[in-house]
Amino acid sequence: MTATAPAAGASRWRRKRRAEQPMVPKATFSSYYGKPVLKAPVWESRDIAGYLFLGGLAGGSSLLAAGADLTGRTELGRAAKAGAFGAITLSLAALIDDLGRPARFVNMLRVFKVTSPMSVGTWLVSGYTPAAGLAAATAFTGRWPRLGTAATAGTALLGPAVASYTAVLISDTAVPAWHDGYREMPFVFTGSAAMAAGGLGLLAAPTAESGLARNLALAGQVMEMLAFERMTRRMGMVAEPYRQGRGGAYIRIGQVLGALGATGAALSPAVPVGRARRVVTAVSGAALMGASAATRWGVFHAGMTSARDPKYTVVPQRERLNERGTAKVEPASASIPQPPPVPPA
Amino acid sequence: MTAIDVQITTRPDGMDTYPDPQPRMGFFTDTSVCIGCKACEVACKEWNHVPEDGLTFTGMSYDNTVGLGASTWRHVAFIEQQRPVGVADGSGPDGGLRWLMSSDVCKHCTHAACLDVCPTGALMRTEYGTVVVQSDVCNGCGYCIPACPYGVIDRREEDGRAWKCTLCYDRLGAGMEPACAKACPTDSIQFGPLDELRERAAVRVDQLHDAGESGARLYGADPGDGVGGDGAFFLLLDEPEVYGLPPDPVVTTRDLPSMWRHAGAAAATLGGLAAASFAASALGDWLGGRLGGGR
Repeated sequence: MTATAPAAGASRWRRKRRAEQPMVPKATFSSYYGKPVLKAPVWESRDIAGYLFLGGLAGGSSLLAAGADLTGRTELGRAAKAGAFGAITLSLAALIDDLGRPARFVNMLRVFKVTSPMSVGTWLVSGYTPAAGLAAATAFTGRWPRLGTAATAGTALLGPAVASYTAVLISDTAVPAWHDGYREMPFVFTGSAAMAAGGLGLLAAPTAESGLARNLALAGQVMEMLAFERMTRRMGMVAEPYRQGRGGAYIRIGQVLGALGATGAALSPAVPVGRARRVVTAVSGAALMGASAATRWGVFHAGMTSARDPKYTVVPQRERLNERGTAKVEPASASIPQPPPVPPA
Repeated sequence: MTAIDVQITTRPDGMDTYPDPQPRMGFFTDTSVCIGCKACEVACKEWNHVPEDGLTFTGMSYDNTVGLGASTWRHVAFIEQQRPVGVADGSGPDGGLRWLMSSDVCKHCTHAACLDVCPTGALMRTEYGTVVVQSDVCNGCGYCIPACPYGVIDRREEDGRAWKCTLCYDRLGAGMEPACAKACPTDSIQFGPLDELRERAAVRVDQLHDAGESGARLYGADPGDGVGGDGAFFLLLDEPEVYGLPPDPVVTTRDLPSMWRHAGAAAATLGGLAAASFAASALGDWLGGRLGGGR
């Protein structure tokens, strides 16, 4: 059955059905009563979009913490370490909260599977979280500085992986708007992570130390923007949910906040030292963090939309089949498994 | 030693890891003889103690089941089409309504995405080559649900775990056929060793083509397709999407090596980006120090 316009509202019901014929015929495709082919994820946006954002914030913050330690920015280092530990703890809580059986979380640790990004990620985060905790604890108490240095170095090494694996997590699904973006999604996510971590540094550290955070945030904002642009350009019609509806709205909010935050952060050194500069820096930092979060929520909702509408599953697959020139009716003989060839004795 | 002795090789479905592998078992659902009685739906629910999941009126022909789900492991689709249909007594096309009926089920893919992405190992490959969720292990993470290219597996919200067709694993162990196949009055659902089913299906398609049913085609029978062939495959009379099936499903993990490579590159880029921005700051510090200003 060919898909028709979505179910009409009450006012449209009163009109005759024939009047609903669109002037320009839409791209038609067949579906079963317009029902989705895929099952949309059962994940809650608060938990899983939040998980994507917090994982990025943590991973980026660990890099920022290492940079702060190397350049002697104590306050920034503390803020970044606290941010990393806080974010990863919250993200773990979100992951557990989203399980249908939270008490069985430890079942994640009964196997290690490279074919499951969630398994890889759970092990990664299980290693990262204690290190992040140590780094934060030693920074605030001042005890065991060598252990703190080692922990900070460890989190800086694992941080980029924590920030990028979540892109594989969502891309390794049949959800069209996620899977089709698998090449650029990790770059969108790591750019977003740098932007969020830099934003946190700008928000939390004194202006005298925030230059490092500013550079990271600006680089991240540009990277996220470029990667996202490239991704949606390549995806064709599957990129629609990133431009329309709930996903599109979040993406646009993210773009506006990112542009405002980046402009504010870039101009902040020109603001007179003192309260005014502190306010500009903090507001810019908050905007950059908000931009990163909005992007994650946008990606999450775009994926949900693309899974719920059979169009995004059927049309690209049908085009793929047509390009391959596959006859619509399989020749029956092609389906019979051929016996293995027996080489001459 | 002859070539015959070395024929046994690693099977793509991994079944040869069992000490006593069975032939791969599956379903051939021949929709051309389905009468839409839904005995399969009922038998499945009864045998597997699958709970009720909504008694609603949809208005979608005779289908109030809507689709597969956590508590619906067989689903009979009803499609109404305005199409001239030949009549058996040779009186010619009646120009009326055509009904397509098809009993959908988990495909038990050769390359099963649900199984690949499961982080707990709850989803497993049985010795019959079928894919089964171990409900005592599943923690309800929900990853298998968007991974399935057919939208089969789902989470039962009141229970928190993922559920789907087991191909009656318990009955197979006792040498019995699955409940749906047992209940099917027209043999639309056929159960058996996959190799035999594929041969039988190829013969059936030829038979239908000879009878003038040119729309008959097999779906999921080709081991060269995007999921390596389905353990449960179908004979359809129209395009797969008409039945709510994806026309060209591909197991998402086929691209996973490339995904990990891209993620690795992105992680390295983030590291490089951070190093560069820190170097810029350090340079700024140094210049600032030389010029006598603050940071």
